Amino acid sequence: STTSSILQSYNSQKRTVAVDEYFTDGSDDCGNGRERFNICQTLWEKIKMDTEVLQEELNTKILDSLLDFIKRCTSSFQSRTDDWTSHMRASEIPTAALVLGVNVPDHDVTFQSLSELLRKSVTPFAVSVQAKECAALKNLMQKVLERLMGVGVTLEDDEEDTGIHLPHKKVSCSVSALSQWYKSMMKTRAIKSPDKTGGSENGFSQSPPIIVIFKDFEAFNPRVLQDFILICNRYIQELPFIFIFGIATSPSTIQHMLPHSVSSLLCIELFQSLPCTQHLATVIDKLILTSQFPFKLSSKVLQVLVSIFLYHDFSVRNFVKGLQLALLEHFHSQPLSVLCCGKNEALLYAQKLSHQDVEMVRQLPSFMSILKFHSMLVLNSLTEVCQRFLKDLRKYHKNYYPVLKCLHSLTSSLPKYPLGKQIRELHISCMEKNVWETNEYESAMQLLRLLAKDELVLSLRKCADILKPDKTKKMKSALQQLENYIAKFEQLDSKYFFFFFFFFFLNSMLSLFTITLLEMKGTRRTKKISPFELLRNEALEFIDGLVRSYLTPPELQPLNEVCYYSSSGVLRRHLNATPRTSIQTALSHPFYYLQNESLKTDAGTVSNSAPDICIAYKLHLECGRLINLFDWLEAYATVTSAAEGKDPDSEDFGKVDELKHARFIQAVSELEFLGFVKSTKQKTDHVARLTWGGC
Amino acid sequence: MLAGLQCPGYPEAKLSSVSERLPCREGQAGTLLALMGEPEQYCFPSIFIYGHRATGKSHVILTLLKELEVPHAAVSCVECVSAGLLFEQVLLAMFGSESATLLPRSPSLSDFVRIYRQFCAQEPAQQTRYIVLERAELLRDMEANLLPGLLRLQELVDDNVTVILLSEIVWDKFRPNTGCFEPLLLHFPDYTKAELLQILSLDSNPSYSPELYSSYINILLGVFYSVCRDLRELRHLAALNFPKFCEPLEKGEAKESDTHKLWRNIEPHLKRAMQTVYLREVSSVQWEQQQMEEKEATALRGLSAHAHVELPYYSKFLLIAAYLASYNPARTDRRFFLKHHGKIKKTNFLKKHEKTSNHLLGPKPFPLDRLLAIFYSVVDSRVAPTASVFSQISSLVTLQLLTQVGHDDQLDSPKYKCAVSLDFISAISRTVSFDIVRYLYDFL
Repeated sequence: STTSSILQSYNSQKRTVAVDEYFTDGSDDCGNGRERFNICQTLWEKIKMDTEVLQEELNTKILDSLLDFIKRCTSSFQSRTDDWTSHMRASEIPTAALVLGVNVPDHDVTFQSLSELLRKSVTPFAVSVQAKECAALKNLMQKVLERLMGVGVTLEDDEEDTGIHLPHKKVSCSVSALSQWYKSMMKTRAIKSPDKTGGSENGFSQSPPIIVIFKDFEAFNPRVLQDFILICNRYIQELPFIFIFGIATSPSTIQHMLPHSVSSLLCIELFQSLPCTQHLATVIDKLILTSQFPFKLSSKVLQVLVSIFLYHDFSVRNFVKGLQLALLEHFHSQPLSVLCCGKNEALLYAQKLSHQDVEMVRQLPSFMSILKFHSMLVLNSLTEVCQRFLKDLRKYHKNYYPVLKCLHSLTSSLPKYPLGKQIRELHISCMEKNVWETNEYESAMQLLRLLAKDELVLSLRKCADILKPDKTKKMKSALQQLENYIAKFEQLDSKYFFFFFFFFFLNSMLSLFTITLLEMKGTRRTKKISPFELLRNEALEFIDGLVRSYLTPPELQPLNEVCYYSSSGVLRRHLNATPRTSIQTALSHPFYYLQNESLKTDAGTVSNSAPDICIAYKLHLECGRLINLFDWLEAYATVTSAAEGKDPDSEDFGKVDELKHARFIQAVSELEFLGFVKSTKQKTDHVARLTWGGC
Repeated sequence: MLAGLQCPGYPEAKLSSVSERLPCREGQAGTLLALMGEPEQYCFPSIFIYGHRATGKSHVILTLLKELEVPHAAVSCVECVSAGLLFEQVLLAMFGSESATLLPRSPSLSDFVRIYRQFCAQEPAQQTRYIVLERAELLRDMEANLLPGLLRLQELVDDNVTVILLSEIVWDKFRPNTGCFEPLLLHFPDYTKAELLQILSLDSNPSYSPELYSSYINILLGVFYSVCRDLRELRHLAALNFPKFCEPLEKGEAKESDTHKLWRNIEPHLKRAMQTVYLREVSSVQWEQQQMEEKEATALRGLSAHAHVELPYYSKFLLIAAYLASYNPARTDRRFFLKHHGKIKKTNFLKKHEKTSNHLLGPKPFPLDRLLAIFYSVVDSRVAPTASVFSQISSLVTLQLLTQVGHDDQLDSPKYKCAVSLDFISAISRTVSFDIVRYLYDFL
């Protein structure tokens, strides 16, 4: 109960503290806390909005096709004629199987925009249900009815206290009630909008369909689903049902869950969404590979986020959450992050830097290293130097990303992807070290030197397209040069066509071939070089020059600490928690969490004044697979007696009294709850250890 | 056509119209009528009718009751999520809405009987009342006293009432442990091929001659009779494929008499339908569209063709570990995952029952510890035991790739089974270049 009260007081305390005070709180000495918080907030708002827009864009295609399907079904409901086929055909419930991938946390957004879209343009009767609220058929029915009719709120409350599922408010929990309600709704609608020329005021059709969205199809109890489908099918003539199944794995799961007798009542059409890796690539492209956001991630941090995505959850939402955490941590922990904002504000803040801040700037590793080379900088005032560096940093980013994209577009079509298939891999290796010094870069360049004219021109064109929207001087001149090269290539004679074709053919072979080709090329170097080869080498030299001058690692940039968040360890600890390790640390090194000086001990030992459970844990590590409870208790009593400062020679030293006994029992049961020991039937007064190792 | 349905007390004209609407079921209808007796006579308290899907159980009984204007209540048990709903619907149909409102919240069988008696006293039965319960097998899952109570309802309410239970399951599976009143059993056998032909030929397309349609049905039954005897489904398939059958006629390539030509045209098409639209691999609408556009069936991929599932890296390894744990005997783990395991001969090493293929026996449950131990030895890098590794296990359970065995809220050592096929796991292991076959005991 103490812990709960502590928790309570902690919670109530938390409520009183405004979020921004966390930024000013501990660091009153170096102000700017509020400013940092504000910058952080604005940046986050922007990131959030951008991701939402992005998600919507990515979903448009699948949502549009889904909408099309639903409209088609609706019109077929209405034009249900009395002709022979429709009379003969068994009436099936139109069903959309929406395959969304295993990244279940991301689905919420999709379903939200889907139901908004449906409510806006097709029908007011669109409800969604989740498996966890529909353990039994009656719950499912109730949820569907409640959400459709909107009256059931009282119905649910009635149920809460008594647990009875036949509400007495005369809204019985059955589809026939729904059918009556639907009919009366249609009647009132018809009265409201007497013009029968196609639909009512909202643009809905005459009898809008009833859409039930099953958000997590796999998690539903198959029996519940089967019965629900059977019931709905009985009413399909009166109620235009349409189902949407949100499927995480593969559509064949429908056949696993529903027997033929039920699946034959459905008319299933398949809709597949974009793979989540593509989604992530777009998000990275929009949020990270852009000079638009001043906030940047270091290579390690980006790797942590990407590996959580690839190894653990595939969830873009969690990726963005991780980005948010990095953002918060950066602005919270780095006082100079106040300079991490738009150009003008940053320059303004740089002018207002306090004496302490200036000292902090001096201490920055990047600043110190640059100072060694340019001792003349010391002569100018530090604020001016800062401003200059900030401007340089901005310019660096403005040039970095376009060149990065160019290099990626050139190398991403090479066999075996020497510089990575995804642009994020290239980005990470560029941030880590000088990319042009790596072997991968070398082999990529060699492969590029084998490109045929058509391919090379195509790639260079793509690069030019990438550079076009950039407005910096340097990029403009680079674009100019690039276009010159393209023009020169096009003027080249076509008599080498056969030769190019030969190369093209070889190039499309596997890399094994290309490597032997490389060797061949080395031996043939002495031969006469054609004008095309000359030009090609020149163009590639130019690209190489761009890479060398613009893709330098950010660590070499002065003041990069202002924008780059690099504590990957913190992020990993927060996002990828290891509860087992934490428990073990808490038990074997209580000082780590409790921060009480008396608990500070050498490695491998536990102070005898540590909490009971720590002592019991330490003692149990010395035992074998089976632990004699009585021996354990004795040992425990000895340790605690020593902690009470009793004389080791006195009579009652290490004697077990009731209090110690009770404390010991509590400690053992806590260990049992944590899964370190369990009672065993082999020996009644023994417990079994569930872990190995220790001493 | 019929010796005639005959039963005193009902008008001749109605009886003959009933028998017209019940082709191939005259025998059963006759038995039922005989059981029902004259309108005011008491009938047997409960009748149990059993037969496969679409063998005309509901159709026969409801046609009889409706046409002969007998007071009755027809309820499908699948709709009744609680016994209360069942009572409500019965009372509503028998005595009007007033009676249904008298039911208390979550009524018991005795509430139902009390209200029934109350209203029955007000308006005593002039003729036998019938309560028809479709899909009666679901009654077994409701309160234990419901089924025995309904079987002798006549006695309980002291009224001329008969309960008719319809089910696809034999009565033996219903009989409660405590014993109950035995209802009268009546079996509806499957329709024979000839009967199906006769019934299906009844709804011929108005634009073509009935003979053509019945020859079409003959071809259809030739293909589908071996797999499907469900009248509803057959009728659906007949409607879907008829346009294709008529195509040569429309185009003028054949005449109605060219039966062989028509057969050659439709037969491969129907066979394809059996593999696609009948299994709902392809939806009916898609099938029709495809027919209209005259594309080949290969253009449309069925549902089961999309079996590929994209999983996070560690989830793949967890699934592989689960598969190995499910299909390898635990005693062999040492051999696969320890470096110096020594030679183990397959024959001496195993007990007799382990010599049969584990893949034939199906997946076996395994504890969480074993799963993690195998996981750590198959995954190539060092993995911290983070919370997300554990949560991935529960995600796999939600995705139904693993199933949890035993109780849901087991705190200590939960057990799982792997629920994916060998093909699926091979595809998964290929993406992480793990040679699963080398680790499976069955393939040593």
